[in-house]
Amino acid sequence: MRERDVPQEGNATLAGHRKAMYAVGDDGKLRLVPSRGWEVEEIVTRQAVEDLERRANEARERVLAGATSPLEYHMYRARMDVALLAQATGLWRWRVRRHFTPRVFARLPQRLRRRYAEALGISVEALGKLE
Amino acid sequence: MAIAFTHRRASHCESGVMSSLLHHHGLPLSEPMAFGLASALAFAYLPCVRINGQPLIAFRMPPRAIVKGLQRGLGLGIRFETFSSPASGTARLDTLLDAGKLVGLQAGIFWLPYFPPDLRFHFNAHNLLVYGRDGDDYLVSDPVAEAPARCARKDLEKARFAKGVLAPRGLLYYLTSQPSAPDWARLGTRALARTANIMLRTPLPLIGVRGIEMLARRVERLPLDGGGDRARLYIGHIVRMQEEIGTGGAGFRFMYATFLQELAGKTGYTALNALATRLVEIGDRWQEFAVAAARMIRRRDALTPPALAEHLRAIARDERLFFQELHRVQSAWAC
Repeated sequence: MRERDVPQEGNATLAGHRKAMYAVGDDGKLRLVPSRGWEVEEIVTRQAVEDLERRANEARERVLAGATSPLEYHMYRARMDVALLAQATGLWRWRVRRHFTPRVFARLPQRLRRRYAEALGISVEALGKLE
Repeated sequence: MAIAFTHRRASHCESGVMSSLLHHHGLPLSEPMAFGLASALAFAYLPCVRINGQPLIAFRMPPRAIVKGLQRGLGLGIRFETFSSPASGTARLDTLLDAGKLVGLQAGIFWLPYFPPDLRFHFNAHNLLVYGRDGDDYLVSDPVAEAPARCARKDLEKARFAKGVLAPRGLLYYLTSQPSAPDWARLGTRALARTANIMLRTPLPLIGVRGIEMLARRVERLPLDGGGDRARLYIGHIVRMQEEIGTGGAGFRFMYATFLQELAGKTGYTALNALATRLVEIGDRWQEFAVAAARMIRRRDALTPPALAEHLRAIARDERLFFQELHRVQSAWAC
């Protein structure tokens, strides 16, 4: 890539940050050039973020319909899946899944709630609610 | 309290951290040199390691390969420490900083507040430097950021003890002895030979040029059911692993090309310059692949996985020829 071809398209997902990449200057030497971002990166990052947001919204609907617990919603909000949440809490995956059942979640002891809240980076009170 | 330290910009976190660390200790080694001498360029398609439910696709050697590779090549004295509890990890970091050490850390990106929110995914193999602390804030030099940042104690602790794939377990590292300038030609030939070997002769078909071909086969067979949304996510994931996570497939190729040029300059072995030019072209091919994929994701072009697979095969062909040539040039290097 030539220095003048380094993308400067203003990738919104970089939030104003500039990346740096190596590109060929007019003298034929490669050097580090700042980049405002590339549309391609923005497309794939937005795609991944939107997929997670979609899952969180679907979980939210299901919480309101009484089909799942707020834990599932908060898991997607934290950009996690069951495998990662299980690893982060040190629980078995089936236990995490079981805690998605509203009835089981309602009886969840404070100790486990703290563990989830810690892993998700939110407060224990927030864990029991949507938002 | 902070030590006198200059923040250096880099394209990739681990090579940037090592370059900064060595500069600080009096050995001016550029980022591409750190990357190339550690033989960090590679390709790996690992379907059994899952990241957000998708396979791991890497364009470089696994995390810590650059630090370890330079440790071996330059004979560096580096100490690595991991911790069983966050409290002891933080206490140890404070002790080292108070003793005036420049400390490298592994951390999970998701928990680093100075990263742009859209880029904060659960990726645990990020590297950064800490050069001091001020009250409850650490002074962080993240080589992929434009300027030094501040990070609150509890945030950094969370990031250092993030869980999941490649969990850092509080890993920190620092130099214990003064580095000295090596014999560049000797180190260079070894590094080139190792990279050519990894790309061409790894016995596992998931690594190196054969890994690219394997990925091409997988892409070719992507099912298009349900409107192709799953296939689009898979393709998007490849491009994200390529361009977003770390530095990118193309980015690493450009960086390695820079290394070849700098090595040619340092040793006077000019045959490496032509290789650098060829590798830049291969990097361009990777970028074209990303553009083609992004157009399909955005539905500007029809979703045709076989076309992308063909693109990947062409890249694999180019890379095979390139690394064979690299091997030849390396063998012909008399030193």
